[in-house]
Amino acid sequence: MSDLYTVNKSPFDKNSLDSCLKFASEGAAILLIEDGVYGAIKGAASEGKVTSAMGDKKVYALGPDLKARGLSEDRVIDGIEIVDYAGFVDLVEANDKVQAWL
Amino acid sequence: MSEVIKNFMYLNRRAPYGTIYAWESLEVVLIGAAFDQQVSLMFIDDGVYQLVKGSDTSQSEMKNFTPTYRTLGDYGVRHMYVDKDSLEQRGLTQDDLIEVAWEDWETEEEVENIVEVVDAAQAAKLLSDSDVVFSF
Repeated sequence: MSDLYTVNKSPFDKNSLDSCLKFASEGAAILLIEDGVYGAIKGAASEGKVTSAMGDKKVYALGPDLKARGLSEDRVIDGIEIVDYAGFVDLVEANDKVQAWL
Repeated sequence: MSEVIKNFMYLNRRAPYGTIYAWESLEVVLIGAAFDQQVSLMFIDDGVYQLVKGSDTSQSEMKNFTPTYRTLGDYGVRHMYVDKDSLEQRGLTQDDLIEVAWEDWETEEEVENIVEVVDAAQAAKLLSDSDVVFSF
């Protein structure tokens, strides 16, 4: 089993995403929520570190938070899975514990 | 009304929705505009996200205040400046941003879109030339 990490800060405002990616274990699930969803965007300066983390970790983004910020699904990095609130609950249930990177 | 008209600059550096900064800034902008001051807005860093169009908050139980920006021209806001570097760093272009129209009711002068992308040197000068800068 593995852990679920949530990141709720913009990668341009805080280093929460950097630290999460640095300390996340192999096989971890990383869910981008709230302002964290800005890290899911293609063509942004943060794209490289997210795609390289996807080599051995799974990255998710919360759909309703993307929508609130005007970010359509086609702007999201290929391979990031978009989940809704029910999907969030499934991730919590499927992992050992949840750790928030605030 | 006071005869002294000052150049007010509202500097926005925070993303919308995740924190209250963007919403509070909007409230203060609307108040300032009501006092017949010269009002401009500047969006840098994560502030550029405030102008991204297509916001839909129906699934997240938050008020969608993006449409409010589109009315700012009607409240006398004459300029909305966006930092080019901040846009590019975030994978955005001006096409991703809302448009805000402005019209002078007395002279009938019209501007189709007061949202203007500027470089860092222009932004620095605009900030320096302002009488007052409010930071959010």
